[in-house]
Amino acid sequence: MKPITAINDFVIKFANVNGSGSASANELFAKSILRMGVPVSPRNIFPSNIQGLPTWYEVRVCEAGWLGRRGGVDLLVAMNPQTWDNDLKELEPGGYLFYDNSKPIPATKLRDDITILGMPLTELCNAAYDDPRQRQLFKNIIYVGALSILLNVEETAIEQLIAEQYKGKEKLLAPNLNALRMGREYASEHLPHPLGIQVQRADNVGKKIFVEGNSAAALGCVYGGATVCAWYPITPSSSLAEAFQRYCEKYRVDPETKQNRCAIVQAEDEIAAVGVVVGAGWNGARAFTATSGPGVSLMTEFLGLAYFAEIPITIINVQRGGPSTGMPTRTQQADLLACAYASHGDTKHIMLFPEDPHECFEHGAAALDLADRLQTPVFVMTDLDIGMNQRLCTPFTWDPTRTYDRGKVMTREMLDAGKDFGRYLDVDGDGIPFRTYPGTHPSKGGYFTRGTTKNARATYSEAGPDYLYNMQRLLQKFESAKKLVPQPILHKAAQPARCGIIFYGSTSPAMAEAIGELEQVGLHVDTLRIRAFPFSDVVADFIAEHEEVFVVEQNRDGQLRTLLINELSVDPARVLPILHYDGTPITARFIVGEIAEMMRAMRLDALKPGKVA
Amino acid sequence: MTYLAKPKLRHPALSANARGFTRRDYEGRISTLCAGCGHDSISAAIIQACWELDIEPHRVAKLSGIGCSSKTPDYFLGNSHGFNTVHGRMPSVLTGANLANRDLLYLGVSGDGDSASIGLGQFAHLMRRGVNMVYILENNGVYGLTKGQFSATADKGSASKKGVANTDSPIDTVSLALLMGATFVARSFSGDKGQLVPIIKAAIGHVGAAFIDVVSPCVAFNNHAGSTKSYDYIRAHNEAVNQLDFIQGREEITADYAEGTTIDVTQHDGTLIRLHKASTDYDPTNKVAAMNYIQSHQALGEVVTGLLYVDNQSSDLHRNLNTVDIPLNALSEQALCPGTAILEKINASLR
Repeated sequence: MKPITAINDFVIKFANVNGSGSASANELFAKSILRMGVPVSPRNIFPSNIQGLPTWYEVRVCEAGWLGRRGGVDLLVAMNPQTWDNDLKELEPGGYLFYDNSKPIPATKLRDDITILGMPLTELCNAAYDDPRQRQLFKNIIYVGALSILLNVEETAIEQLIAEQYKGKEKLLAPNLNALRMGREYASEHLPHPLGIQVQRADNVGKKIFVEGNSAAALGCVYGGATVCAWYPITPSSSLAEAFQRYCEKYRVDPETKQNRCAIVQAEDEIAAVGVVVGAGWNGARAFTATSGPGVSLMTEFLGLAYFAEIPITIINVQRGGPSTGMPTRTQQADLLACAYASHGDTKHIMLFPEDPHECFEHGAAALDLADRLQTPVFVMTDLDIGMNQRLCTPFTWDPTRTYDRGKVMTREMLDAGKDFGRYLDVDGDGIPFRTYPGTHPSKGGYFTRGTTKNARATYSEAGPDYLYNMQRLLQKFESAKKLVPQPILHKAAQPARCGIIFYGSTSPAMAEAIGELEQVGLHVDTLRIRAFPFSDVVADFIAEHEEVFVVEQNRDGQLRTLLINELSVDPARVLPILHYDGTPITARFIVGEIAEMMRAMRLDALKPGKVA
Repeated sequence: MTYLAKPKLRHPALSANARGFTRRDYEGRISTLCAGCGHDSISAAIIQACWELDIEPHRVAKLSGIGCSSKTPDYFLGNSHGFNTVHGRMPSVLTGANLANRDLLYLGVSGDGDSASIGLGQFAHLMRRGVNMVYILENNGVYGLTKGQFSATADKGSASKKGVANTDSPIDTVSLALLMGATFVARSFSGDKGQLVPIIKAAIGHVGAAFIDVVSPCVAFNNHAGSTKSYDYIRAHNEAVNQLDFIQGREEITADYAEGTTIDVTQHDGTLIRLHKASTDYDPTNKVAAMNYIQSHQALGEVVTGLLYVDNQSSDLHRNLNTVDIPLNALSEQALCPGTAILEKINASLR
């Protein structure tokens, strides 16, 4: 079997044991390739556990810049005997196996169609270090050093990263550099190098940033003016609230008094978390919570209250695999229906679908504006894949002239000027009433709100016409939202296309790559990336303009497709589900395979040359 | 309830407080509760306390859960903003509201079903966090709005209106609040306005989590023989450990008490609570002794009332979180948004 040869286009998978300190070493490896101008997209595949269970880190190196998961493994760094057998199976024929050969591995445990690179990592560490923790931690750095030789990663790129990481902690700098060099020296002397797969300096990273979606969304909330954050720890959203805390410690402290311009509460559960956010929203602060599916389930009663009493709140849902506890550390887009119609009675909620960390930042800030403007809950529907993995994306931007849209707030001056105030009165025809902040005026603008029915002036009423007035107005408000939310992004194929694809969220990078591959085999499709619910009119037009529309999503039941059918009354036969939901991020290979097969089944490839599908 | 609207006409003899408000300015809509309901007496006590303290009505935020008690914030302080939230979850909403604007006075009104059953968790955590508020639990031991089911505060062995004995142990919200860290804990009786009004005033002056359990008989479903939350039962078993005066500033202290029968407690904000001890061995600043006293007297079937515990060095959630003095809901973009230059720096650190 001929070894795989590829420059700047391969997948490395690290198989580790969690709690062994491998994560930071693996990140160092990925970043060093970025520093050589070659795009990478790493993914953590980890268990719901702290120590001792298998964890993987998969790095796709791709000069062309495709950031979706590719599938398949070209180089396996096998550091976990527990998962050895399965890990080895994933390796492509002609691939490379790098492992710790301090203890001999029987030949039956190996494959003969791969290149085997053994290095006595444990032996080297035991000889160099006395402290067991150091032996373990530096083992990781040593293999990074060895890999840099095997793959031609520039030493200076790694050294610079280590220097940045330990800036101010010089005591740690030298031992890390030593470990790196130890790995490089051993590999130079004992292992064939470089391999058929190599990294070569390129210029395809540019000004892009490398960041996790959770940090980005948290930063969006800082920039967007959130002052109250209440949350309850739940994977994969905990790091979002923690990032908010970190950013606030840096950017939200009054320089003179050292007091905080924010309040962060770790609540006793998700019900309390959203309750705090509802209270703060009612009282005029920008407030958000971060959670995942099980948390949303618990929050639903409050979501109904916030919808009906018209309280601005932002909920960032970092989706994971459901139902129930589901797959807590795997990714899915399976909460759309639960969020769109959360709570009993007739409810509808705004949802935003960021595609990457850049949009997590944008949508985090936008959600706070939208919530205030529309006086209703707004969900940011991110997921584990973008939330907990570092992703290369466009740098964050902020327009210095931007002001917060606090929506329709009646001030003391307006009340004094005699402006009529009715808390639930539609004065502008857009379904959005005015509100007052508690404590505004000694004699005007006070109101007592509730989840019970009321009339336009917030007085308790179970009268049918009062109820209908508010329910119809809420629908009108949802209609108004269509134009305010992020609009869909249309991508037209090079040639007129019969079929369209609708997708959203973290499917983006896989889709971008898939479209290119489909074009290469003569299948031309238009795509529409949906960025929000309610759907803009563009979505209905897009479906109307195509014979068939594939709806690509990462859940079992085609939840966005259900929303499209339900909200736009489209013919179900014309929206075809393409569903990937095993908990791993969707790949271009999967999309191309499914769509090509379905289009062939429609006999679209039987067209004569020159005609396009 | 009555369907007759209150006359708008004000009697010229109605006296105004220092801010020029009469008691009428602290009233709300007409109560929809049953005639004789203890809850209406509590609303009247709140009105009296706020009037006496010269509080501007619009600077009060009223929050409640679900149930008869939670409807009452509509019946007092009609110019204040109010939020009737969801069942058992008022504590979290109050917490969020308080975080958004530390300058308002937060009044949480709840019932025993709301606080001790569905909302026991939130009740406990609210006290733990020391949210600056007055939390009034209108405790009647019964679900009124759903017509007479036992609540979690009903005493074991007490009988429902239909004669069924309760077999579950009661939750003593006063002991629970003490245990959870409330820094002002009192119990009173809706039928004893003389005791209740100064307690509410002292609670308003308290910085931190102030909890008042007010036994408030339900005339429709829990005021019969065999009930331990009826007017008759409470009057017969009320063990008042003290009566108090709440003193702000340099108000003249007129009443005369025999030496050794009063204790002065100066609260963190400088307000003074003067306690007139009915029980000479009761020290409301000693938490452990207070718990012991409450438990031992409860075992005797007595309902201990009065100011049961006050921590005069109390703190609150805002102090614990070290938030700025300006209400968070009043901070501008300049104070909140780090700006483009910092964003460029952040971008650079992510390459």
